[in-house]
Amino acid sequence: MIFTAFKRIARTGFINFWRNGFLSFAAIVVITLSLCAFGGLIFSSAFARSLLTEVKNKVDINVYFTLTAQESDILAVQKDINSLPQVASTTYISSDQALAAFKDRWQNNTLIMQGLDEIGTNPFPASINIKAKDPGQYGSIATYLKNKNPVDSTGVAIVDKVNYVENKLIIDRLSSIIPTVEKSGTTIAIIFAIVAIIVVFNTIRLIIYAARDEISVMKLVGASNTYVRGPFVVSGIMYGLISGVITLIIMAAAAYWGDRIILRLAGVDVASNFQLMVNVFSSYFSKNFGQIFSLIMVAGVILGGVSSYVAARRYLRV
Amino acid sequence: MIYYDKVSKIYPDKSVALDEISFGVEPKEFVTIVGHSGAGKTTLMKLLIAEDKPTSGTISFESLNVNKLSKKQMNKLRRRVGMVFQDYRLIPNKTVYENIAFAMEASGRTDSQIAADVPHVLDLVDLGHKIWSFPKELSGGESQRVAIARAIVNQPDIIIADEPTGNLDPTNTFEIIRILKKINELGTTVLLTTHNKGVVDAVGGRVITMEKGKIVRDDKTGKYIL
Repeated sequence: MIFTAFKRIARTGFINFWRNGFLSFAAIVVITLSLCAFGGLIFSSAFARSLLTEVKNKVDINVYFTLTAQESDILAVQKDINSLPQVASTTYISSDQALAAFKDRWQNNTLIMQGLDEIGTNPFPASINIKAKDPGQYGSIATYLKNKNPVDSTGVAIVDKVNYVENKLIIDRLSSIIPTVEKSGTTIAIIFAIVAIIVVFNTIRLIIYAARDEISVMKLVGASNTYVRGPFVVSGIMYGLISGVITLIIMAAAAYWGDRIILRLAGVDVASNFQLMVNVFSSYFSKNFGQIFSLIMVAGVILGGVSSYVAARRYLRV
Repeated sequence: MIYYDKVSKIYPDKSVALDEISFGVEPKEFVTIVGHSGAGKTTLMKLLIAEDKPTSGTISFESLNVNKLSKKQMNKLRRRVGMVFQDYRLIPNKTVYENIAFAMEASGRTDSQIAADVPHVLDLVDLGHKIWSFPKELSGGESQRVAIARAIVNQPDIIIADEPTGNLDPTNTFEIIRILKKINELGTTVLLTTHNKGVVDAVGGRVITMEKGKIVRDDKTGKYIL
């Protein structure tokens, strides 16, 4: 009995979907637009996040040591810094490595190479490069080093300087911008969701409004509420499923073209040389496809199905 | 079988549609209710299938108080009543077959019963050849015959026909009356409203005359006096 009712409701919903071709089309367009807004939001937050990560990775501080500092003392400092909870990673660059890097960079500039030769000794200090887990934590790391003031065996300070102050401006700005960007992203998402729900709900309400006489006739021949409402919900779910599939196709296309446009804007050489912002969208889309797929589909089905369920209710009071 | 006990209906705009109406209908009767537009005929019908509630008084259907039914009981009651309206009220995006099948599905008939009964009932109203048409492809007379087929397919205890001939020409009017009389002869109670003298004369039987929400005459054998 329940199975028969379910089968009849599903069949009627399917037939109504097909016969009300234009209305179904209109509902699918509206739901698709709403879902595309969601999709756009997913992409822009992915874009913003990957941009922020790139920038975060570019921010760091360096601790420069005196020329007389012993390597063993420096490594001890590095070990000490590594034990701090807010430090993500550290890299030790010996003075020899710094010299080699400098020579490598300026090898074609004879003037600079001559100048280096005239100095005779290695003028480059050893340094430790520190990356924090969060840009806001550089200040505390710098303070920690200043207070600790590591010394060598003879009691002479080995830290020459920490370049936190030079980087302070950009670090501070970044640590205030990142939470703002994340917060406003969430706000926009909520506003989008509300607008989408209102628009879709009203569209479906109009569709059901057009069928209000039908609903009253069904009620007057003694059909139960479930039996009258069921087919509308089935049609609504179908709108959602179809809109979801269309949205995913549009998102795939948008990811492809979005990457092309970014590559062109950033310049192909720059982007590929520095591995900066290459295929942000398509890699994000393919990596998280399962999650995006279920998110869009569930959103579509909820938008269509729940709207139909709620919208049909007011015409059932016959 | 049906009893109206001092039923009044006053609409929110204070217009009085029914004023303390009392009357009964026996099983297998063919009752015609006549009166001008606005006399309260349609309101009387609406109250019987609980489409609207009376302001005061009670309406009984056998032992049931129509206005104190739960949703489930109300649906069950409606399945025992066949409704025919002046404007047919067929479902536009369903075929003739589906329109009639819907009423059977709603009362939980099996698919095989539906497949057997729908063509049968359509033959009864002489529309077997229109089974796959949509309502917009039917004439007024044909639409009303489909509506009657839908009303009788569940073998109801009573048929309520509210101005069923109001939109029809004389030929179709008499065809509809002929069908309703045949249904009545087969044992179903019929409650018919009309303002057409010809219809009253053709039916014969009991005639209740209404005016301004009151019953002014109740004749055992039909006369049309207004």
